[in-house]
Amino acid sequence: MEHTHTAAGHESAHSDSSTKSIWRTFWILLCITLVEVGLAFLHLEYGFLPRVMLNAIFIGLTLVKAFYIVAEFMHLGHEIKNLIMTILIPLLLFVWFIIAFLYEGDSWKNMRKDLKPGTPVETPKIGPAEKHH
Amino acid sequence: MDTAVTAKKKWWAGGYSPFNVSYGKLMMWYFLMSDAFTFGALLIAYGTIRFSSPSWPDPNEVFKSFPGMGHAELPLMFVSLMTFILIMSSVTMVLAVHAGHMRDKKAVAKWLMWTIVGGIAFLSCQAWEWTHLYHEGAWWGRNPFINVDGTQASTNFTNFFFTITGFHGLHVTSGVVLNIVILANVLKGTYEHRGHYEMVEKVGLYWHFVDLVWVFVFTCFYLL
Repeated sequence: MEHTHTAAGHESAHSDSSTKSIWRTFWILLCITLVEVGLAFLHLEYGFLPRVMLNAIFIGLTLVKAFYIVAEFMHLGHEIKNLIMTILIPLLLFVWFIIAFLYEGDSWKNMRKDLKPGTPVETPKIGPAEKHH
Repeated sequence: MDTAVTAKKKWWAGGYSPFNVSYGKLMMWYFLMSDAFTFGALLIAYGTIRFSSPSWPDPNEVFKSFPGMGHAELPLMFVSLMTFILIMSSVTMVLAVHAGHMRDKKAVAKWLMWTIVGGIAFLSCQAWEWTHLYHEGAWWGRNPFINVDGTQASTNFTNFFFTITGFHGLHVTSGVVLNIVILANVLKGTYEHRGHYEMVEKVGLYWHFVDLVWVFVFTCFYLL
């Protein structure tokens, strides 16, 4: 594995540009966080933006932040495709994971509401097919 | 890191790592991926329970205190400070890794030291927040906060909050311990002798992951 440790020499040439990109990432992360907090305050004080839209924006901005941390700070964006794919493809399971579980939670809430004691039961109409038995 | 990376290189022909990283670094990535599923499972469980609840406490009502500000209502301020501390310590960690590439022992030690300071500052903030909430009557199995719609809340809210932030805090704690171990090795000259500072990169990956998880915890508990 000797070839993985030969980079010291040629990386010093990029010293300035890579320190610059570290700070650029820092400012991006800080600004996104400030925008998030700012939006939350605007919503609290003036009811700016409906809740659903605000939540969508928050989740979107969170994913942008996650991208910058993983790609720049953890350096994954600069690794070869094999490594990127071996990490990212398994994480696609989260797509199913999130949709399935949140759908389940929502359905659970509706069932508890509809089946609460005292809720009038809808009597099923007896159709013509039923009469044959 | 390979200087001879070309599009046509046969990565799977053997003789070198098809991922172009050392074994240790690859395994750190796989560990972090599995840890991402652990945190993902916790956060999705939280989301499921929140979706299944008719109402939920308002985070801006719960997390509104700031040390030394008495009863002033300052929602989001303290957690923003914690987020800033953690992002900042991530930056100092990248700078330590960068100094490692330059094989600049003094700079690595300096930036690792700041990273440890950041980690301890974050943990102190969390300790304060937990203590404050505890004195307000919140703990596992106890929830003094009412729902947004004015009804009595279940203890799901506090249970998930303390479990998930606690699990994250545990990760930060072990990260600080790892950083201290690595710092001791840097000062001893272990990596100078070895000829590379790859261990700093490995704990760096772990540290950034802790920051990454916090980004999601911040959104899920304090913003949504």
